[in-house]
Amino acid sequence: MALDVLIVDDSAAIRKILQRVLAQTDLTIGEIFEAGDGVEALKTMESKKVDLVLADINMPNMDGLQLLTSVRSRPEWKAIPVIMITTEGSQAKVLEAVQLGAQGYVRKPFTAEQIKEKITACLSGVHQ
Amino acid sequence: MIATDLPMTQDEIVALIHADTEKVFTTMLGIEAVPCPNATPVEPAGENGGVVALVGFAGQWVGSGSVHCSATLACIITGKFLMADYDHVNDEVLDAMGEVANMIIGNFKDDAADKLGPLGLSTPTVIHGKNFQTRNWGGQSWVTVPFDCEGELFEVKICLIPGHKAHDLFRPVSTTVGL
Repeated sequence: MALDVLIVDDSAAIRKILQRVLAQTDLTIGEIFEAGDGVEALKTMESKKVDLVLADINMPNMDGLQLLTSVRSRPEWKAIPVIMITTEGSQAKVLEAVQLGAQGYVRKPFTAEQIKEKITACLSGVHQ
Repeated sequence: MIATDLPMTQDEIVALIHADTEKVFTTMLGIEAVPCPNATPVEPAGENGGVVALVGFAGQWVGSGSVHCSATLACIITGKFLMADYDHVNDEVLDAMGEVANMIIGNFKDDAADKLGPLGLSTPTVIHGKNFQTRNWGGQSWVTVPFDCEGELFEVKICLIPGHKAHDLFRPVSTTVGL
């Protein structure tokens, strides 16, 4: 089954790079949706089927941790894997993201391999 | 010079900036940023135009981190970042330069957290234009770290002062107006 992915980052450059990385994976990618902040992401999730979320933390309007809280508060979205991809590398932020229900955490700068490994691990149930 | 009570030496700041900038360039751009300690200061906003990407620090220590480069180098960096060709500065170049600054300064913030404590970061602001100059507030000085990339110079700069001093700098001045 094709995987529909939502990329949430206020940088269009990062969204573009992540799209390219997704295209390089062995996964069958269906639709890729983009959002510039948490508010846009929630709107997209209201109207589209999303199987995986890749989200930044520092964003205007609604940051990635607030988005994660909202996603985990909705029973129908509770099981959707969310991977945080961010410059925020402090232990406190990582811990907070994991406690809020993130399945993975990748610090920028990242390599394509790191993203691929994290997505594969996340989808096979290995939380990192 | 940097604020004398900063719990980091200038050399320690420079070493972190070297490591973080080289990591961002090699990992995300696939090009080298080579430190050039004796380079003449970059004049990013001359006749050919320049780009300045700024990220603010907030917390116990406040200030800014920034990346300064020519419009030409901004196009080269963006081209490597997005695997496309850019011959002039457009929205994609500004966005990419903001993200490059965000990654360098964000990694610096985390790597310096042992000494500076946890700091917050603003979202990036990117300026592009010709014939402009930049000044920092309050008479504070920046730690300036020059690099060479593909034959073009760029600079990463850091300015940090204690949060309470920033508060004093921007304290409103009461005035009396005679009628």
